[in-house]
Amino acid sequence: MQRLRVRYAKRGRLRFTSHRDISRAVERAVRRAGIPVAYSAGFSPHPKISYAGAAPTGVASEAEYLEIGVNRPCDPRQVRDDLDASLPPGLDVLDVVEARDGNLADRLEGSMWELRLPGADPGEAERAVKEFLAADLVEVERLTKKGMRRFDARQAVRSLAVVEGPGITAGQETVQPCVILRMVVRHETPAVRPDDVLMGLRLVAGFAPPSPAAVTRLAQGPLDAMTGEPADPFAFDRAGGDL
Amino acid sequence: MSVESLFPRLEPLLPKVQKPIQYVGGELNSTVKDWDEATVRWALMYPDAYEVGLPNQGVQILYEILNELPETLAERTYAVWPDLEALMRSEGVPQFTVDGHRPVRAFDILGVSFATELGYTNLLTALDLAGIPLEAADRTDEDPIVLAGGHAAFNPEPIADFLDAAVLGDGEQIAIAISEVLREWKAEGSPGGRDELLMRLASTGGVYVPKFYDVEYHPDGRIMRVVPNRDGVPTRVFKHTVMDLDEWPYPKKPLVPLAETVHERFSVEIFRGCTRGCRFCQAGMITRPVRERSITTIGDMVEAGIRESGFSEVGLLSLSSADHSEIADVTRGLADRYEGSQVGLSLPSTRVDAFNIDLANELSRNGRRSGLTFAPEGGSERMRKVINKMVTEEDLIRTVTTAYSNGWRQVKLYFMCGLPTEEDEDVLGIADLAKKVIKAGREATGSRDIRCTVSIGGFVPKPHTPFQWAAQCDHETVDRRLRALRDALRSDKEYGRAIGYRYHDGKPSIVEGLLSRGDRRVGRVIRAVWEDGGRFDGWSEHFSFERWMAAAERALADEPVDVDWYTTRERDEHEVLPWDHLDAGLDREWLWQDWQDALNTVEVEDCRWTPCYDCGVCPTMGTEIQIGPTGRKLLPLTVI
Repeated sequence: MQRLRVRYAKRGRLRFTSHRDISRAVERAVRRAGIPVAYSAGFSPHPKISYAGAAPTGVASEAEYLEIGVNRPCDPRQVRDDLDASLPPGLDVLDVVEARDGNLADRLEGSMWELRLPGADPGEAERAVKEFLAADLVEVERLTKKGMRRFDARQAVRSLAVVEGPGITAGQETVQPCVILRMVVRHETPAVRPDDVLMGLRLVAGFAPPSPAAVTRLAQGPLDAMTGEPADPFAFDRAGGDL
Repeated sequence: MSVESLFPRLEPLLPKVQKPIQYVGGELNSTVKDWDEATVRWALMYPDAYEVGLPNQGVQILYEILNELPETLAERTYAVWPDLEALMRSEGVPQFTVDGHRPVRAFDILGVSFATELGYTNLLTALDLAGIPLEAADRTDEDPIVLAGGHAAFNPEPIADFLDAAVLGDGEQIAIAISEVLREWKAEGSPGGRDELLMRLASTGGVYVPKFYDVEYHPDGRIMRVVPNRDGVPTRVFKHTVMDLDEWPYPKKPLVPLAETVHERFSVEIFRGCTRGCRFCQAGMITRPVRERSITTIGDMVEAGIRESGFSEVGLLSLSSADHSEIADVTRGLADRYEGSQVGLSLPSTRVDAFNIDLANELSRNGRRSGLTFAPEGGSERMRKVINKMVTEEDLIRTVTTAYSNGWRQVKLYFMCGLPTEEDEDVLGIADLAKKVIKAGREATGSRDIRCTVSIGGFVPKPHTPFQWAAQCDHETVDRRLRALRDALRSDKEYGRAIGYRYHDGKPSIVEGLLSRGDRRVGRVIRAVWEDGGRFDGWSEHFSFERWMAAAERALADEPVDVDWYTTRERDEHEVLPWDHLDAGLDREWLWQDWQDALNTVEVEDCRWTPCYDCGVCPTMGTEIQIGPTGRKLLPLTVI
C-alpha cells in the first residue's frame, strides 16, 4: 500500500475547526477528489487517514500533517491539486510526498509558533520574554480533561523572541498595532502550548495583553541541532529514503 | 448602502465560546452574493442550534432556489448558544448570517422555518439580538418582514404578534413569488411602506398577514370569529403545493458543514405527502397529496449530491419511504451503483408493513447496517385502530423477524403514550409486543444475542388533524403509564434484559400542546418565558416546565383561559379553532367524521390504493396524486 504524506494549512476563519471537524472534511474531500483511499477491514470500515499533532481549535497553522493510505499508486502532485480543490478554502494542501520508511509523527519534534497580540506593549513584551528565558522553571496551570494540571512551561521552549514586521497573519484582518512573539517549542508530554507560554509570561512578569492572542503554527519538524528550528519533516521522503 | 461584514467584530469572541466553527460559515456549496447587486435579500433562519439547523432540507432548498434567482440573495442564520449570546450582548454584536456575516436587520425578509413550536423562544432571541422589535406592530420600514414557514406555521397564532407574515405548505414557488412582489414594490420606490408591501402579499391569498385579521372572543374564552379587518384581504389563506417534484430537484448542491451536525448524510426527498391517514400525524394531513419523485430523478440527484458533497451516506427521505411505488428498484439500483464504494443507504422512515427482505438486503449490501426503526405507535390492536395506524401484530412480528434473520441484532420500536381513548392496558400492551418481538427474533436466529429498544413519547394533538378536537392527556397520567410500562419491561426475567426502554416524560408535551393549539393569547406566555430566560426549549437541559407554567399563570391571569384549557380540554364540533381560517385543503367535516371514526375504532384506507374518501385536499387545492410506477430502471454509472 502506498502512503502519501500531506502538509496542509489551516487558515483564517477555518482555524476554528476542531481536529474532528478536519478529519470529517478530509474524508469527504478525499471521496470528492476520487483519491483511491484504502479502508480498514471489518464491520465498520474506516478510511486509512492518520493525523499527526493537530493544532488546537482556534489556532491557525501553516504546517499540519496527515498521511493517507491508497489502494493504487498515485502521483503526489496530482493528489496535492485534487485534494486542495476538494477542500474548502482555508484548508489548503501545501505539499504531498510519497512516504518512505519511518513514522512521520516521530519526526515532528517541535513547532515554531507565532503569536500576535493586538494592543500589547512592546516594551513590556521584551521585558517579560527576558525574564521568562532567565528562569529555569516556570510552572503554569491548565484545565485538562483530568482536571487542573501543574507543569513546567519553560524547559520545552527552545527559543522565544519579540520579532519585527507583520509576520504571517493567516488571513486575519488585524489592523491595530500588535506585538509579535515567535517561539520554538519542543513537543513533550504534557504538551506545552503557546497559551501556556503566555501564561508563563504573565506569571513571571505580569505581562497581560488586552485581547486574546492570534496564534499560528509556522513550522513543525525535526529540531535542527544547529539552528534549533524545525526542519522539513519530508526531507527524508523526498530524498527517496536516502538521507 | 453597502453592508459591512460583522466578522471582524465577531472573531475576537469566537475563541471564548463552545464550537466556534458553527458561526464562521464557509461550508462547501455555500454562497455569498454581492450585496449591492441584489434587490431582494433574504435571511433564512432555522431557529435552533447550527448542528440541528444546517441539515434542514427546507432551508437548504430555499437557500439554493433563492440564490439562483437574479437580483436575489439568501443567507442563513441560526440560533446562537447562550455563551455567544451573552458575549454578543456585552460587545454589541447583532444577530448575523453565517454566509456574509451581515446583520440580519439589514435584510428585506427574515424567513424562519418552524419544524416545531419549541423554536419560538429562539425566534425572540434572534429578533432581539438583531435589533428588530419583537412585536410586529412596533416595526418600521427599516426592519425586515418577519415571515414564518414550516409545519408549525399551519397554526402561527401563538406567534402572530411577532410575525409580519406566514406561509403554509411547500416553499419553493411561494418564495419566488414573494421575491417578485418585493422586487416590483421596490422598483416602484417602495410605495406605502411595509404596510403596502404586506397588503400586496396578503391580497394574493397565499401569504397570511396576522395583523390584517381580528380575533374576537366569547366571554368564556372561546374564539367567536376571526375576520379580516380591511378590504382586499381574503377570509381564508391557503397552503401551497408543489406539483411535479421532478421539476424541483433540490438540493442540487447540498451544504457540507465543517462542524458536526445531527445528520451527516445527503438526503433526497423521494416523495412528498402521505395518505396513510394516521390520525395523530400532522405532517401526513397537511402535505397531501402524495407526489413521488421518479426513480430516474432520484438517481440523478443522488449521483450529483454524492459528487458535490463527498457524503458517504444517502438518506432516502419521506414520511414513509418504503411506500414509494418503485422503492425496490430505487434501492436495488442505488446499491448496484455504489457497490464497493463505501456509500451506504438509509431509509429514515420505514413502515412496518412495507419493509421486506429485498429491501433489507439492499440496505445492507455494503456491509453497513444502519439502525432500523419501526413505529407501531400504539401498543394494542384497538389503539392502532383509533389512530388508524393499520399495522397488525403479525405484520410487526414478520417484519422484525425478517430484520433479525438478515443480520440486524437490534431494532427500535417507537410508540406514543396519551393517545385519545387510551387506557393503562393499551400502554402495557407495548410490553407484551416487545416480548413477542424478542421471542420471535430468538426463534428465527437461534441466538439470544438480539435486542429491541422501546422508545416512547407523549402524544400532542395537532391542528389540521382529526385529533385537533381531542383532549390532551395530562402529564401525570402519561408519566404514571410510562412508569408502569418500564416496570412491566424490567420485571420480566426471560425478556427484560433484551429490551431497552427510552421515554420522555409528559411535561414537555404539555408545553408543546399549549403552543400547537394555542391562539394569539399564548404569545404573551411565550414572551414571558423568553423574558425569564427561556431558550432552546427543544433541549432537555435548557427546557423548564416550571418556567412555562409560572409564565402562563402570570400572562393569562386576566383571561378566562389557562394551560389546561388549551391542552387537556376536549373541543366540540362547532368551536372556532384558532387556525380555522388557515386552509390546508382538508374538509373540516371530513376531519370531524374521521375523529368520530377514531372514537368508534373505524379504520380508513390509503387513497393511493383505494377509492378517494373525500378528505377534500385535491379538489380544494387543484392537485392530484402523482405516483409511479414509471417502469424505468437505474442504469449503471459510466466509469470515466
